[in-house]
Amino acid sequence: MQVEHTEFRPKIVAFCCNWCSYAGADLAGSSRLAYPADVKIIRVPCSCRVNPMFILRAFQRGADGVILCGCHPGDCHYTTGNYYARRRMTLLFSMLDYLGVEDGRTRVEWVSAAEGVKFSATMNEFVAKIHELGENVRLEDLRCKN
Amino acid sequence: MQELITRAKELLADGTVSRVLGWKKGDLGWDPEPAWFEKEEDLEGFVYNPFCGANLSKYLIAAGKLEGRTLVFLKPCDTYSFNQLVKEHRVKKEKTYIIGVGCRGTLDPEKVRAAGMKGIEDAAVDGETLKVATLYGEKEMPLKDALLDRCLVCKGKTHVAYDELIGAQAGEEAGPGELAGDRFAGVERLEALPPKERFAFWQGQLSKCIRCNACRNACPACSCLKCVFDSSQFDSSQKANADTFEEQMFHIIRAYHVAGRCTDCGECSRVCPQGIPLHLLNRKFIRDINTFYGEYQAGADTESRAPLTDFTLEDVEPGIVSKRGGGR
Amino acid sequence: MYQMKKDRLTELFQAISGTKDLFLPLRKCDQTNYGLWTPEEVFDLETLKTVKSAKDCFFPQSEVLYRCKTEDGKISIDPQKLCDRPFVVFGMRACDVKAVEVLDRVFLSEPVDTFYAARREHGTIVSLACHEPEETCFCRNFGVDAAASGADVETWIIGDSLYWKPLTEKGEALTESLQAVLEAADGEASACEAEETVAREQEAIRGVIEKLPFSHLDLSRFQPENTMELFDSPLWEELYKPCLACGTCTFVCPTCQCYDIRDFDSGKNGVQRYRCWDSCMYSDFTMMAHGNLRTSQMQRFRQRFMHKLVYYPANNDGLYSCVGCGRCVSKCPASLNIVKVIKKLGGEA
Repeated sequence: MQVEHTEFRPKIVAFCCNWCSYAGADLAGSSRLAYPADVKIIRVPCSCRVNPMFILRAFQRGADGVILCGCHPGDCHYTTGNYYARRRMTLLFSMLDYLGVEDGRTRVEWVSAAEGVKFSATMNEFVAKIHELGENVRLEDLRCKN
Repeated sequence: MQELITRAKELLADGTVSRVLGWKKGDLGWDPEPAWFEKEEDLEGFVYNPFCGANLSKYLIAAGKLEGRTLVFLKPCDTYSFNQLVKEHRVKKEKTYIIGVGCRGTLDPEKVRAAGMKGIEDAAVDGETLKVATLYGEKEMPLKDALLDRCLVCKGKTHVAYDELIGAQAGEEAGPGELAGDRFAGVERLEALPPKERFAFWQGQLSKCIRCNACRNACPACSCLKCVFDSSQFDSSQKANADTFEEQMFHIIRAYHVAGRCTDCGECSRVCPQGIPLHLLNRKFIRDINTFYGEYQAGADTESRAPLTDFTLEDVEPGIVSKRGGGR
Repeated sequence: MYQMKKDRLTELFQAISGTKDLFLPLRKCDQTNYGLWTPEEVFDLETLKTVKSAKDCFFPQSEVLYRCKTEDGKISIDPQKLCDRPFVVFGMRACDVKAVEVLDRVFLSEPVDTFYAARREHGTIVSLACHEPEETCFCRNFGVDAAASGADVETWIIGDSLYWKPLTEKGEALTESLQAVLEAADGEASACEAEETVAREQEAIRGVIEKLPFSHLDLSRFQPENTMELFDSPLWEELYKPCLACGTCTFVCPTCQCYDIRDFDSGKNGVQRYRCWDSCMYSDFTMMAHGNLRTSQMQRFRQRFMHKLVYYPANNDGLYSCVGCGRCVSKCPASLNIVKVIKKLGGEA
C-alpha cells in the first residue's frame, strides 16, 4: 500500500522573548497543553530584537508563517522594548500587505510567562490560519526550495 | 542665475565659504552635473535650470569633512533632506552656507524622450512650454508633461532651512497651483487593488531591478558609512539579480531603513535606470506613519523624535493591518 | 538580400522560436530590455537602446557555476550544464555587436571561459540598423558603423519592410531555415531595388551620425605611452567628485566584463556557487584577504575609465573597450559619463 504524502505541513517560525513568551511556551509544555509541532521557536532577548530582516529571512528559508511573541505592553523586561517592536511590526506588516503578501502570514501576540494557555491557543490558531493560506510562494526564494 | 553666480563669487571672495556646491552645465541641454567650485573663475560653468534635479544635500556629508564652510544651493524640497541630515548628526549646520533657490519643478529627460522626442540636443523653458531642439527638428511639449513625477505632487515651495534666499520667497505656496497634487494617490490606487494584483505589480516592477544601488547611493537618508547590503558577512546576493526574492528583500529593507527618515525627495525614483516607482514604497510608510502615529514630515525640523524611535502607550497593535482588511 | 513586410515580424519570430530560443527587446513595465520571447510577450524594436545591453544573452548578470551538497557525510558537486540550445538574438544595434568583440577578447582568450564560449557558439546575432540615432550616441569614434554592424545577419527596417542580409555561415544557416517567411528578392530588378533602398538608408544613418554632438571626440591622447601621465592627472580629483559610487554605468554598459564569484548557502539544497557582474565603482570590488587596493572613490572611478580607454586597448591591439552606445550618458544619476572624461582628459574641455 502506498502512503500519500500530500498533506501540507507548514513551517512556522515563532520568535519568543526570553522573559515572557518563552516562559509562556515552557508553561504550555509543562502544563501538557498541545500545540502543533510545526511551530519552531527562536528565543530572542526581547521582542524588539527582531529586525524586519529576520522575518523576511525566515520566509526566504522556507517559513510559511512568522509570529512574534513578547511581553505585554508595559511588562517589558527592558521597560520599553515591546513598544518599539509594536511600531516596527505594524509598519512592516502593512508593507508586506502592500506588496501583496497574503494577510495573516505574520502576526504579533503578547504572551506573558503565566499564559501557557494563551500560548498554546495562539499557536493552534495561527497554524490553522497558515493551513488555510497554504504554502508561502510570494515571499519565497526559489534557490531554497526543493 | 547670474544673481546666484554673483553672490557665490562674493561669498568666495570674502572668505565666508571655501567652496561652492552647485550644478555645472553639461554638453547637452538636459545633463547638468552636480559640481564643486573652488575658484571664482570656475563659476562661469555654473548653471541652474529645471534640469538640475539632483538633490545636493547628499554631497554635504562629504563636504563636512573638508576645511571651511561649503556654500550649497538647495531647492525647497532639498532643504528637508538637509534638516534630516543635521538631525542625524551627519551634517553640521555651521559647516554649511545654504542659499535657497526658487523652484518651479524639475524636469525628467526620460519623460521628454517618452513623449516621442529623439535626439534631444537642447531644451529650454518658455512659459508653460518646453521647447526642445532635437536632431530631427524643433519640437515642443507642455512643461507639465515633462516634470518629474515627484514635482507633480510638490510638497511646497518653502525652504525649511537656509541662510539666504535668492529667487524664492519665504512662505511661498506650492504652486503653480495645479502642481500641488495628492501625493498619496498612487499609494491609494495600489492599496485598492486585490492582493494578487498588488503582488503582480510589485513583482513586475521589482524584477526589473539591476542591483546598481543608484537609489541607495543617491538617497540622502541612506547615509550609513557601510550599508548592510555591502557586508561580506551578509548571506545575500547583493550584486546579483539572482532570485526575485533578493530584489524584494533589498527594496523592502531599504525602504524600511529610511522609514520615518525619508523626506520624500524622490531621488530614488529619479535615478532608477529601470524606472521603478520606488517612491511608492517610501510613501506607503509615510502614509502609514501619518495614519497610525499622527502627521509627520521628516526634515521639517531638526529636533523632533522620529516615529520609529518613539512610541506612545496607546499605539495601535500590528493586528490593525488585517483588521482593516489589508493595506488601508 | 531578403525582404519581408514589417507586419509579418511576429510570423518571423515564431518561425525562429520554433527551433531556437529567441531573445528580443521586450517591453515590460514601461522599460525595454532583452528577454526570451514567447508569443505572449510584447517586443519593442522602436526603442533605440534597451536599458541593459544584450550582454545578458552571452554573459548573464548572474549565473550558477556549480552546486554542492553534503549528504550522508559525502560531498557531491554538480556542475552547471553549459548552454547547448541554439539561440538567436534579434535587434542588436551595431554598438552592442561591437561590444561582443570586446567581450570575446576577454572570455575567449586563454584560459577560455567555457560558459561564455558555449553561449557564443550557440548564439546567432541578428542586428538591426539604427534608423534614428540619438544625441547620446558616439559610436563613430570607436569605428562602429551604425548602418552596417557586421553581425551574422544585418537587418534594416525601412518604411514597412524589413531587409535581411546574412553575412556569416551562421547567418546563412539561419536564413536557410527561414525560407518560408523571408522572400528572396526575386529577379535582378527587385534585388537591385532592395540594395538601393538599403544603401539610401545607410547613407541617411551615416549622415545623422556625422552630425551627432559627440561624434568627433579626440581620442589621440589615450595611448599606451601616456598611461602614467593620464593615471597621474590631477583632473581625476575634479572629475570623480559628483560620482555617487553606484553601479549604473557598469551594469548598463555592454562591454564591462568584471564579475565576482560568490556562494549562496540555500540550506538543505546545498551551496550554489554563482558569478555575478561586479562594478569597479563598488567599495568591495577586488577585495582581497589583505584588504582593498583601491581605497578611494577617485581611484575606483579612475580605474573604470583607464581600463576602457588605456589598459584594455594597450593589451588588445588598440581596441577601445567602449563602443559609444551612450547608455551611461543617459542613465548616470549625476550626469557623469565617459564623454565628459574623454573631453576633459583629452584636452578638449
